[in-house]
Amino acid sequence: MARFLFRRLLQLLFTLIGISILSWIIITQAPGSPIALTMDPKVSPKIIEQMEKNYDLDKPIYQQYFLWLKKLFTGKLYSFKDGRPVLEKIAERIWNTLLLNLVATLIIFSLAIPLGVFSARRPYSFLDNLGTFGAYLGLSIPGFWLAYLVILATVKLFGYPVLGLRSFVIEGLSTPEIVLDRIWHLLLPASIMAIHGIAGLSRYTRSSMLEVVRQDYIRTAKSKGLSEEVVYYKHALRNALLPIITLFGFLIPGLIGGSIIMESVFAWPGIGRLAYQAVLARDYPVVMTILTISAVLTLIGNFIADLLYGVADPRIRYQ
Amino acid sequence: MNERGMTSQIKFFWKYFKRNRLAVGGLTIILIIFIVAGTAPFLAPYDPGKTDVSLKLKPPSLKHYLGTDQLGRDVFSRMLYGARISLSVGFVAVGISIFIGILVGAIAGYYGRWVDSLLMRLVDIMFCFPTFFLILTVVALLGPSIFNIMVIIGLTSWMGTARFVRAEFLSLKERDFVQAARALGLNDRRIIFRHILPNALAPVFVTATLDVATAILVEAGLSFLGFGVQPPAPSWGNILTEGRTYIFDAWWLTVFPGLAILLTVLSFNLVGEGLRDSLDPRLRGRR
Amino acid sequence: MRHPLLEVRSLTTHFFTEDGIVRAVEDVSFEIYPGEILCLVGESGCGKSVTGLSILKLIPIPPGQIVRGEILFNGRDLLKLSEKEMEGVRGNEISMIFQEPMTSLNPVFTIGDQIMEAIQLHQKLNKRDARKKAIEMLDRVKIPSPEKRIDSYPHQLSGGMRQRAMIAMALSCQPKLLIADEPTTALDVTIQAEVLRLLREIQREMEMSVMLITHDLGVVSEVGDRVAVMYAGRIVEYGPIEDIFHEMRHPYTRGLLESIPQLEVKKTRLNAIPGQVPNPLNLPEGCKFHPRCPLRIEDCRREEPPLFEVKEGHYSRCLRWKECR
Repeated sequence: MARFLFRRLLQLLFTLIGISILSWIIITQAPGSPIALTMDPKVSPKIIEQMEKNYDLDKPIYQQYFLWLKKLFTGKLYSFKDGRPVLEKIAERIWNTLLLNLVATLIIFSLAIPLGVFSARRPYSFLDNLGTFGAYLGLSIPGFWLAYLVILATVKLFGYPVLGLRSFVIEGLSTPEIVLDRIWHLLLPASIMAIHGIAGLSRYTRSSMLEVVRQDYIRTAKSKGLSEEVVYYKHALRNALLPIITLFGFLIPGLIGGSIIMESVFAWPGIGRLAYQAVLARDYPVVMTILTISAVLTLIGNFIADLLYGVADPRIRYQ
Repeated sequence: MNERGMTSQIKFFWKYFKRNRLAVGGLTIILIIFIVAGTAPFLAPYDPGKTDVSLKLKPPSLKHYLGTDQLGRDVFSRMLYGARISLSVGFVAVGISIFIGILVGAIAGYYGRWVDSLLMRLVDIMFCFPTFFLILTVVALLGPSIFNIMVIIGLTSWMGTARFVRAEFLSLKERDFVQAARALGLNDRRIIFRHILPNALAPVFVTATLDVATAILVEAGLSFLGFGVQPPAPSWGNILTEGRTYIFDAWWLTVFPGLAILLTVLSFNLVGEGLRDSLDPRLRGRR
Repeated sequence: MRHPLLEVRSLTTHFFTEDGIVRAVEDVSFEIYPGEILCLVGESGCGKSVTGLSILKLIPIPPGQIVRGEILFNGRDLLKLSEKEMEGVRGNEISMIFQEPMTSLNPVFTIGDQIMEAIQLHQKLNKRDARKKAIEMLDRVKIPSPEKRIDSYPHQLSGGMRQRAMIAMALSCQPKLLIADEPTTALDVTIQAEVLRLLREIQREMEMSVMLITHDLGVVSEVGDRVAVMYAGRIVEYGPIEDIFHEMRHPYTRGLLESIPQLEVKKTRLNAIPGQVPNPLNLPEGCKFHPRCPLRIEDCRREEPPLFEVKEGHYSRCLRWKECR
């Protein structure tokens, strides 16, 4: 376990450096990057000054990277648009996004695993085939399109769209009604964001279960006289769930991509919407900081997933 | 692999593939979309770019099968041409990503050691970025043209292929026929491309098919955010996006392009899974 | 005359695959008496493992199906029992151990958990007593410091130790019959002998019957009481061990015996049986062995020979059994 941990930590560090270098290259060295804009006479001198301050353009190139890195982590990068520190802008919105993603993740895991386990119980039965088709449908549906149809439906049903953190008019509502209103505003976008994940993870769970039930130890468990339920839900499930732990980290990038679209559709004031607005306004410090933070979050998510896997699998725990 | 072996392999594969009715359905739909995209100029009843404000926002009728948009253009004709854009984005982007993926995976798997470690760390790094956000950012930097979109999607989605190809190479390079080719003194490039790669292509086909589906969805998502193929060129994504302003008056502008995207992506996903099932020997004969 | 513990009558198990019907076990009959070791011998794919799995109804359905036959255990036909009743038999009255100790134990549970599971299920003991019993069983199969080993995970044990743990698990409820499917094949030669000796020892102590499935005639000669030789899903010769080894009456048995390297007999080369095991989807007409048989005559092609009684308790499925020595 100690060796496993050490190797993972080393990899984590290496990847972290790689992420920051790649981010920096995209923002400063890619064609069309803001640095190229400083040569453009149409760009106002104010923005050019901002850029020189942000990216230390007067310094040698390797120093530029380290200075950028330092500024990124100490909150010394400033938005082009309003000159506020980027980290401050992100901090005031990140909780909304985390809440939305947390709820989406909970929905994914709590629906996908039972669905997958159930499908694998009777493979190629009518219900399994229905599940298969449903999963492909879920994987194929454009999220923003579904979101529009849902908004269209809520407008037709209630006469007003479900947008933002809460309903616009809440005067005259009782406390429980306000709470319900908040939950409703949260659940709707979270559910739509979760659809891809549910479809993918339930398929993964299903094939993991099908793989496990063919193993020799399942036959051994049956030969002991254990009932089919115990064999399936204890011996098979424990093994099938192990690799699923590692998927936890992989969900994050998909959810962040989804956040950008869903937060824009549902006017949800999170960093996804902030990122999109920054892209529209060419506010690169904000864009790149969010991109880098997302990658680091994913990396940390993967690392935690690996650790959990190490704890859950005795073959790694006692190495 | 000689030609006879190839033919019998294809026959063998087809025997399993055709049993998967969903996949065969998907393949049929893809073929139809291909034909439609290829013959769009003949099938389209109107010029997709011809505007006529007096006809704007007309609901579906016998004259305009899928109605007209805010400029009075025929939605059906625009959708036919849109098929071309969606398919081109899907196939070119995946072509690029497969090319990079095979190259990186083959080099990593064949040479191993530090080359492998370095390339695989690069894959790890790329995997950490939220692909859609990365694509959006770079498209915004470079400007949204169909060419940029295809290249950027390709450049950001090769990692899965690289991992597959590397794994195949790691196991294949230990096999007798590769050892024999090495003993004969064949050069590395020849061994990689003539002897190992043809045996490692099966999983590549599967990921490629699934990736086409993803690429089409990504383009639609970019269009939705205003960074897709730019109007007036008719892509399904931007017909839908332009239509969303009129969502309460002209549902057909939202519903039909969405359905087209859904159906196309679904078909590629179904075919991809069908390929996976029939190419994976462990899954064969289980239904 | 003793009553048999297990009587298998005309057992027929088929697998309905998409390429056709695999007749894995065809009309197999034998019996096992209390306290004896019956060896089921044959090459891989001859149906011996499927026979073992059929007795506990552990073959995967579909594609497998027990088409007909009776499996009388203490007079009860196991094939007529419900799944619930069968669960009461498995691991309790009849246990089974398998070839691969590496993969036959669940990697995420300790061996103690896995042994106690059976004890708690069948003997209704509480957790503490079940643990005590599990330690006792580990001690009995000669695993050193069992009170420590009980909390080990399978990957922490060597192959031989894992197989001992498997045996402890199978025997924890004092079954009357143990089906051992190639229990030593995956082990090192020295460990093979130890595990085999252990099995024999415990079998005597517990007065248990064993059905030992193996391809290794060396193993048979060491522990067997009676032998059934299988070929292409059928029993081709059946009898006491001395008769099979010294007065075999079937050319296949003879071929098997001649293909074992023997130290005392000086031979320049090993006599392998010519030809190949037939394709189970496409078995030859008549006697299934005739294409490879040195004694074949025209009649062998025509119809499947019945089991001829050579003498009491010794049978051969060969038309020319009299000439085969």
